[in-house]
Amino acid sequence: MKGQKIFCPLPVVQGLVISLFVLGCCLNVFAQVVAPPQNVEAIDTPNDDGKSITVSWAKSLDDGAEAESVTGYKVLRKSPDGEFEEVAPIPVGTTRYVDEGTERGVAYSYIVQAITAGGLTADSEATLPVKATGEWFHSGKKWLLLAVLLYSAAVVYCIYHARSGKELFIRRIPGLEAVDEAIGRATEMGRSIMYILGLGGVSNVATIASMNILSQVAQKTADYETPLRVPCNDPIVMNVVQEMVKTAYLNEGRPDAYNEENIFFLTESQFAYAAGVDGMMVREKPAAVFLQGTFYAESLILAETGNSIGAIQIAGTDKEHQLPFFIAACDYTLIGEELFAASAYLSREPMLLGSLKGQDYGKVMIFGAIVIGVILELCGIPWMTTFFQQVK
Amino acid sequence: MRRQVPLVLCFAFGIVMALTEFSPHRWSRWINKEVIDWSLIIGPFALVIAIATLVQTHWARIRRRSEYWQYSFLVFIGMIIMLGFGIPFGQKDPVFVWLFDYVQVPMDATMFSLLAFFIASAAYRAFRARTLEATLLLGAALIVMIGNVPIGDVIWNAVMPFRDNLPSEARQWILDNPNLSARRGIILGISLGVISQSIRIILGIERSYLGGVEGE
Repeated sequence: MKGQKIFCPLPVVQGLVISLFVLGCCLNVFAQVVAPPQNVEAIDTPNDDGKSITVSWAKSLDDGAEAESVTGYKVLRKSPDGEFEEVAPIPVGTTRYVDEGTERGVAYSYIVQAITAGGLTADSEATLPVKATGEWFHSGKKWLLLAVLLYSAAVVYCIYHARSGKELFIRRIPGLEAVDEAIGRATEMGRSIMYILGLGGVSNVATIASMNILSQVAQKTADYETPLRVPCNDPIVMNVVQEMVKTAYLNEGRPDAYNEENIFFLTESQFAYAAGVDGMMVREKPAAVFLQGTFYAESLILAETGNSIGAIQIAGTDKEHQLPFFIAACDYTLIGEELFAASAYLSREPMLLGSLKGQDYGKVMIFGAIVIGVILELCGIPWMTTFFQQVK
Repeated sequence: MRRQVPLVLCFAFGIVMALTEFSPHRWSRWINKEVIDWSLIIGPFALVIAIATLVQTHWARIRRRSEYWQYSFLVFIGMIIMLGFGIPFGQKDPVFVWLFDYVQVPMDATMFSLLAFFIASAAYRAFRARTLEATLLLGAALIVMIGNVPIGDVIWNAVMPFRDNLPSEARQWILDNPNLSARRGIILGISLGVISQSIRIILGIERSYLGGVEGE
């Protein structure tokens, strides 16, 4: 072995070391690359007033990855004459953002940027420019509109069909049959009738329904010369009711029997109103109390006081939470649509009765939908349920 | 003319406001908001008339020495005190706020708390088991009441260890199934009634609210 030249691979070792170093650097750089969000799309937000653009994307491949995972996104927006600017930071895992800071008619492009904890970012491709525009029709409400139109058509058909003079069968509503009895009783006893319209304003449909009943009641009290007391909670309602009752007395040929002081404003405060009406009930002891309209927590306070003075009470409300109280405390209660059917029922006006028939057709439609839905659900077909869940 | 103009306005606004519910466009929203704002503006004018009526009514009672006329003095005293502090010093005046917080609010709370006693008396009448329906109502009410209080479950678990928390589960079942079904039925009826009533008003068939009676 002596004299044998030993191969000393110093340059090779040096080269190896340098190669390993370069490879290590390259691997390190590759480890720090983050995948950008994919399929970024910007669209005009549907069914809005034209002030927003919806940006959606598929998550970055590193969203949820264990090491160097994406910790959030940024949405960047660019107007035609500007640069990309940050609109909003978006939490990780999110794939949609509604940009409500846009101007109508201006085209915007968007980029979604993935961000890591280490500060690395990856930009998506820029979207095509898109403008925010307002829609004239809310496409999500098309089925609702169709249902309303169908029902309205049924009601209108029945109203005009009733003009032909054909007699319509309307089921008996005990609460409304008792209106005459209540007025007659008050007349015989020589006591007043108290009519309470509830807390609803004049734009409330239940209050309008109540005013229509009051109009019928006022005609009868004008005939029998029975005092009719109407404490009001809303000033506009008071003015309308004064006018209505006055006209009802005029129509009955008894303008002299009308006393404007009997229709008065009490207070707008809920419980002060209840206290005031209760006080009047206890002092004046009306023989009949009508509670028709929109009621809240004061319903039972009023109805129980009326019950305690022995008045015959007829109640009706559109607030289904208050119905049990009225049922417990009053002699008769109009439930559900009966309140809205009352003026037609009492006046026996054919065209109004026709609308009640239309209401019944509406009920048949809903009942049919419920029965079909239940049968389909039992057969494991959730089509109807899914359909109704989508209707907004 | 006195009747036609309101009917035409009612028809036009009724149709337009119904359509705005189906349109998200900015003009549609503007119309909707504007009309509602206008209706709110009418309120204060009507309030002036209402207060005038209130004063007139109570003044007449005092003048005529009607029964319980002394109460009318209280109305004027309350009104003068609140207006006396509210109008010149504003609604943030400490005395005005004190009167509201320590006079009006406690009185409202007192009236509201009376509800507990009225519920008890109404429940006593409603739950008397005279008929099958009333008996069912009584049974359901008992279950809901026992399920509503935590001690109901505690007693049940101690006495009947085979099924924990049955009272509260039974209560929830009653509320979620028979109760909710009945409520939804009533809500559907009310909704149909509201639409039907609205159609009658928009078409001018029902016009009692205008100060007349049907069929005129």
